[in-house]
Amino acid sequence: MPDLGLDVLFKGKNMIRLLGGLWVAVRISLIAVAISIPLGILLGIVMTSKNPIVKVITRVYLEFVRIMPQLVLLFIVFFGATSALGINISGELSSIIVFTVWGTAEMSDLVRGALISIPKHQYESAAALTLTPSQTYLYVIIPQTVRRLVPLSINLITRMIKTTSLILMIGVVEVLKVAQQIIEANRMSSPNAAFGVYLTVLLMYFIICWPISMLAKRLEKKWG
Amino acid sequence: MKKIKLITLVTLALTAALGITSCGGGAPATETGSTSAGVYRTIDEIKESGEINIGVFSDKHPFGYVDENSEYQGYDVYFAKRIGEDLGVKVNFVSTEAANRIEYLKTGKVDVVLANFTVTPERAEEVDFALPYMNVSLGVVSPESKPVTSLDDWNADDEMIVISGTTAETYLTQNYPNIKLQKYDTYANAKSALENGSAAAWANDNTEVIAYSLSTTGYTVGIPTLGSKDTIAPAVSKGNESVLNWLNDEITSLGEEKFFHADYEATLADTYGLDYEEELVIEGGAAAE
Repeated sequence: MPDLGLDVLFKGKNMIRLLGGLWVAVRISLIAVAISIPLGILLGIVMTSKNPIVKVITRVYLEFVRIMPQLVLLFIVFFGATSALGINISGELSSIIVFTVWGTAEMSDLVRGALISIPKHQYESAAALTLTPSQTYLYVIIPQTVRRLVPLSINLITRMIKTTSLILMIGVVEVLKVAQQIIEANRMSSPNAAFGVYLTVLLMYFIICWPISMLAKRLEKKWG
Repeated sequence: MKKIKLITLVTLALTAALGITSCGGGAPATETGSTSAGVYRTIDEIKESGEINIGVFSDKHPFGYVDENSEYQGYDVYFAKRIGEDLGVKVNFVSTEAANRIEYLKTGKVDVVLANFTVTPERAEEVDFALPYMNVSLGVVSPESKPVTSLDDWNADDEMIVISGTTAETYLTQNYPNIKLQKYDTYANAKSALENGSAAAWANDNTEVIAYSLSTTGYTVGIPTLGSKDTIAPAVSKGNESVLNWLNDEITSLGEEKFFHADYEATLADTYGLDYEEELVIEGGAAAE
């Protein structure tokens, strides 16, 4: 078996540091997910509005957040807010803000897509059965929308977890940064450590994201 | 109709984006004049707050790194700790990257950057450098049996190993176009190429080749300094005279007790040995030449 330099993981507190870094990444993405899913659902409903002003505003927001790379958004919030407005936002809070803004935009578009994908005759049939508009939403539209949304939003959550690897650029020490620190601190004594340490990080991301996608699969089956 | 709408929307979004970015880039330049006090902290403000924010690398062994017990260590960190001691404040280490060091200073998110920061004219336009505390240049390592001590009488058949994208590659291409280069992407590949005898020598940052020759028997650094001599210095926000002057006084007075030699012996000697101490250390801010 080739030397993967896995021994560096067991030096001192290295393993605990890696897990601590993983927790930072997971905590930031989960807080952002928890805020952006309800906001995204609300915004998605608003986006189906026929009002042209509402349409333009929501569309600009969505396109802006989508076009900008997340790294640029992080820099705008972390450095831009300080240099333009004089507000000092910590790296972790900046990350939560950016991931929430991004998650809300993506989520709202998923919700909008799921809502307009429900055929018009579903609304009409509900009306014919004398259901009120709120009853139509509650018993007809929302159950169908949720079923279409689950796989898409789970995909978004795992994407958000993985994208936290960018926040090391604004000084937040998360799992990938800890991995780089461990590799570099042992560069002379175990030059092959990079492979083993990155492999461990890969496994850590997998262990976090895999149960989430399994859950999605189960929910899909249950409701499908 | 739909297409036209989309185009207008994209244009709108882009204008908004440009507006924000140009605002982000333009603001500091205009603001440093009027609200200079807001961007950075003076030495008195730092002392009053009881904390100094120092940007260091957390993954550049042995200059700034985090050891297995989560403690910041290294040549830059040793100096940073001394700054904290002499100011009587707690040092708050901020993990910086090569790409965002300048931005940290422009926004005043750190008071000082001590991250292996090489002084260049381009950088000096954006930040203020204090007196230097270390030398850097290129070096060439070769087998002890056939040491390369000069590049002037280069044998046309011999090749030189470089890592792509390094200053060594640029320097050799510009100044020694007759030397055939063997380019590798990673440190590990360059290392095995030299050990397999596929080239006569390997050019890289002198700290790198010195560390390599010490950890591998049978290789020697025939040329320890090559090309332009650059220096490494602490950097502060542009215009922060108060911290800059304090740092310059500190570096000058530390020269009397040979502080940076002690720093070298504590942090770099394990990697670079004691033979190169005089080549690498700058004491009291005075460059060797």
